[in-house]
Amino acid sequence: MNLRHLLALSLCILVAGCGTLEKISEVGTGLASTAGVITEDQAKSINKSAGAIDKASESMTPEQEYYIGRTVAATILSQNKPYDQHIITTYLNTVGQYLAMFSDKPETFGGYHFLVMDTLDINAFAAPGGLILVSRGMLRCCKSEEALAGVLAHEIGHVELNHGMQAIDKSRYSAVVTTLLAEGAKNLAGSNVAELTKAFEGSISDITSKMVNSGYSRKYEFQADKAAVTILQRAGYSPYGLITMLQQMEKQLKPGGHDFAKTHPAPADRITELMKIIKTTPHADSTTAARQARFNDNMRGV
Amino acid sequence: MHIKSFLFLGVLGLSVATAIAATATMMSVQINKAELRDTPSYLGKVVSSLAYGDKVSVQSQNGAWSQVSSSGHTGWLHNSALTKKDIVMKSGVGAQTTASSGEMALAGKGFNSDVEKQFKENHKDINFAPIDKMEKIKIPIADIQEFAKEGKLQSAGGAK
Repeated sequence: MNLRHLLALSLCILVAGCGTLEKISEVGTGLASTAGVITEDQAKSINKSAGAIDKASESMTPEQEYYIGRTVAATILSQNKPYDQHIITTYLNTVGQYLAMFSDKPETFGGYHFLVMDTLDINAFAAPGGLILVSRGMLRCCKSEEALAGVLAHEIGHVELNHGMQAIDKSRYSAVVTTLLAEGAKNLAGSNVAELTKAFEGSISDITSKMVNSGYSRKYEFQADKAAVTILQRAGYSPYGLITMLQQMEKQLKPGGHDFAKTHPAPADRITELMKIIKTTPHADSTTAARQARFNDNMRGV
Repeated sequence: MHIKSFLFLGVLGLSVATAIAATATMMSVQINKAELRDTPSYLGKVVSSLAYGDKVSVQSQNGAWSQVSSSGHTGWLHNSALTKKDIVMKSGVGAQTTASSGEMALAGKGFNSDVEKQFKENHKDINFAPIDKMEKIKIPIADIQEFAKEGKLQSAGGAK
């Protein structure tokens, strides 16, 4: 069999593996560009792997999600400096990592980690994989450990539900598939890094612009609130902490602000939706004196 | 009960058990470092560590936890640390032998440390130091347990 036949065969198998015409043409172009450098054995390898890699593109590996999450968080931090206060950071990570154990996805590739951003804007971001950034402005809306737990549980909810990754445009996945196929064919690690980096940069920009500018859909925000109630209930926190935080946020948000005022449903709408869930869910009572005391103690510097 | 039918039932039970053992599900670790525990809870003692892509054989289930065996060690992992996908560490030969399952993930392929390195070259203004620093923050389970106890919360075993 000559090379042209092999490539034609590869494309036929790709057609079987891919769902849409658009995807096929993109992958086809990628393959054509590698023509002339593959051997018969390598072409066979492509035939066998194509369907599998295409399937993998439907959900990126946790490892890829990890690298995306790191860069999303680093990009957001280029606009908001970290607020490096050891006591607050440790307390935030203790509450957050405790809560994460009670989520449906306690394990991620690199684990859950929490950091404070030095801004009084009211913001919080959950990068894919569990890197969670919370602003001082958001922390100032929290008057109790329950309220703080509510904020963190909502962000853990976004991670658990994979909302960040879903902001990535499908064309990035096709680009990754194309490049991986080409790389598999040539066995030349590194030669396609530039192509992959382009798709990577695109993915980062898809996620950050969604998080920072347009915000997730109302549906996703309500889903994250619902997940938060479940996590809080399992962990032994009253979900009313989230309600009191939202009431506080409503007072603090400035209309037209470039923070939660822009990217999230109005606090009142979230409260209405939350109350429907809370009323029908058994949950813990309000705080204890010990919890309130440690909250006041640890959060003094916010 | 007649002895013969008793024996028959015993043999039947044994063969069913053998059949179940023979079809133990194989899964892969999908997180960077997984800690195998002696009970289905984060309070369980860590008996061994597994790495991304390690294969495990699932022995039994308890809620959201699986009892698994891997290279001589048996212990519990939360289900979110596991995938049915076969994580293949290298593309070449591995890809040819296992791709037919249609459930494959190529470890180290796609967005990886090389891509991050290239990204850093292209965007020198973006600083990864705070990310590296925050990733190192791991509160010891004993501290979290103490925190939960002091705050009259749940024991820190995690979701059941």
